Amino acid sequence: MLELKNIRKYYNPGTVNEMCLFENFNLTADKGDFVSVIGSNGSGKTSMLNILCGSIPVEDGQILMNGEDISRLKEYKRNRKIGRVYQNPAMGTCPSMTILENMSLADNKGNFYGLGKGINKGRRAYYQELLSRLNLGLESKMDVKVGALSGGQRQAMALLMSTLTPIDFLILDEHTAALDPKTAELIMELTDRIVKEKNLTTIMVTHNLRYAVEYGNRLLMMHQGKVVLDIAGTEKQEMKVDDILGKFNEISIECGN
Amino acid sequence: MDIFVTILEQGLIYGILALGVYITYKILDFPDLTVDGSFPLGAAVTATMITNGVNPYLTIPVSFLAGVAAGVCTGLIHVKCKVRDLLSGIIMMTALWTINLRLAGTANVPIFGDDNIFDNDLVNKVFSGSLASYKALIIVLVIAAVSKIVLDLYLKTKSGLLLRAVGDNANLVTSLAKDQGNVKILGLAIANGLVALAGCVFCQEQRVFEISSGTGAIVIGLASVIIGTSLFKNIRFFNATAAVLIGSVIYKACVAAALKFFEPQDMKLITAVLFLIILVIGMDRKKKVKKNA
Repeated sequence: MLELKNIRKYYNPGTVNEMCLFENFNLTADKGDFVSVIGSNGSGKTSMLNILCGSIPVEDGQILMNGEDISRLKEYKRNRKIGRVYQNPAMGTCPSMTILENMSLADNKGNFYGLGKGINKGRRAYYQELLSRLNLGLESKMDVKVGALSGGQRQAMALLMSTLTPIDFLILDEHTAALDPKTAELIMELTDRIVKEKNLTTIMVTHNLRYAVEYGNRLLMMHQGKVVLDIAGTEKQEMKVDDILGKFNEISIECGN
Repeated sequence: MDIFVTILEQGLIYGILALGVYITYKILDFPDLTVDGSFPLGAAVTATMITNGVNPYLTIPVSFLAGVAAGVCTGLIHVKCKVRDLLSGIIMMTALWTINLRLAGTANVPIFGDDNIFDNDLVNKVFSGSLASYKALIIVLVIAAVSKIVLDLYLKTKSGLLLRAVGDNANLVTSLAKDQGNVKILGLAIANGLVALAGCVFCQEQRVFEISSGTGAIVIGLASVIIGTSLFKNIRFFNATAAVLIGSVIYKACVAAALKFFEPQDMKLITAVLFLIILVIGMDRKKKVKKNA
């Protein structure tokens, strides 16, 4: 379970450019929830993910992970239980290392990085089997540097790597935004499969309304640091892209633009 | 013939230094100027130990550890005090000048009369007769080869993979639930350990400690790394560390050739011009603008 309680977040505090993003922001994602988050630019979607993961500090409030307060925990320590995939496919892989080396690195997450062999040859077949499920032909390129792969291939690897070890939470930050429609589709299907297989509590920020409607059991719409729509269950299932578009326009008209 | 032996000898000694620079410059992407201080640090530690009658073989691990300590300091300044990478190195380089002077006592400590790793009863017995003139070269070769092989092995461990990852994509290290700062400190420690080891060997080969021996050490290291990695990047037989060692020998040969035509006082100008030529030819001067793209 992930909880944000009474979060207060200012940008540029103490300057003329001070801007309040969150004032008493609350959010709870239950275990096994797959929450899709949509909203216009600057509505606070990515900031919310950054606050959850500890990439940016908050002025006030609590962040709870499985009931435990992690507000003071450093980002890298929080990542023990969190897998995160970014919009930029390059963020989740090491370009100058081979696929095998990248997979081996990710496979050791949560353990000590000591003087043991970096690459466990016995795991090679297992990695190949995982990669072959992507249908991208990566299983035959184990010794190719990741920098030579396409954006879609790298993003698929980033997703695979971030979920290779046992984690509880998956944070997806517009992870299909930089991909072509066909690859994006493939990555989304893969995401859904992994989330279901591993029963991960997932928060996905997306600008693709269709994905937001199709995937996940809960949908949030954010606007100016507030949750303006929060639907789940059957209500979510009956939701259509047009309904959401309508809601989007409503908000925009209210704001006068 | 003699000149070739000297070039190889010096090239391999500076090759050990270049292995250290390879870690910071190529793997960590950290321009580490500590090198100008940690190279004479190894020499100062060695000269002090030898004049005090310590077994010369002990100078090797002790110098390495002294370099490790210097690297850790640079790392702490950079990571904990959040000082920029270049400035952290400059601070340590400056601080080490005094430390080296204090350690050695004076700016110039000759160790001609004492036993050292090139000149003691044991090696003199092993290298007698026709081998005697290649004694120093063989010993340097062994030390350089062992350093290279151990570094190669290390880079294949889990810790080594993580070190390579932090220079490549530091964000991934955070994602793997590891503190990227600590990994950087570790890399700087190993790098400066190797540099100080080179200083230790250099001091014993020259039979003298010179405070100014470190001035420009970083340039020699960088030039060697860039020559090696750009010349041999398409040759599979040589991995990066072997390329760096050979690069250092090539660099020393270039300097020796240049000195045939110029006076010794032109040395630094030759070095600078040579380095510029290497940078231009090696096309390594372009700052990686979009590092993650």
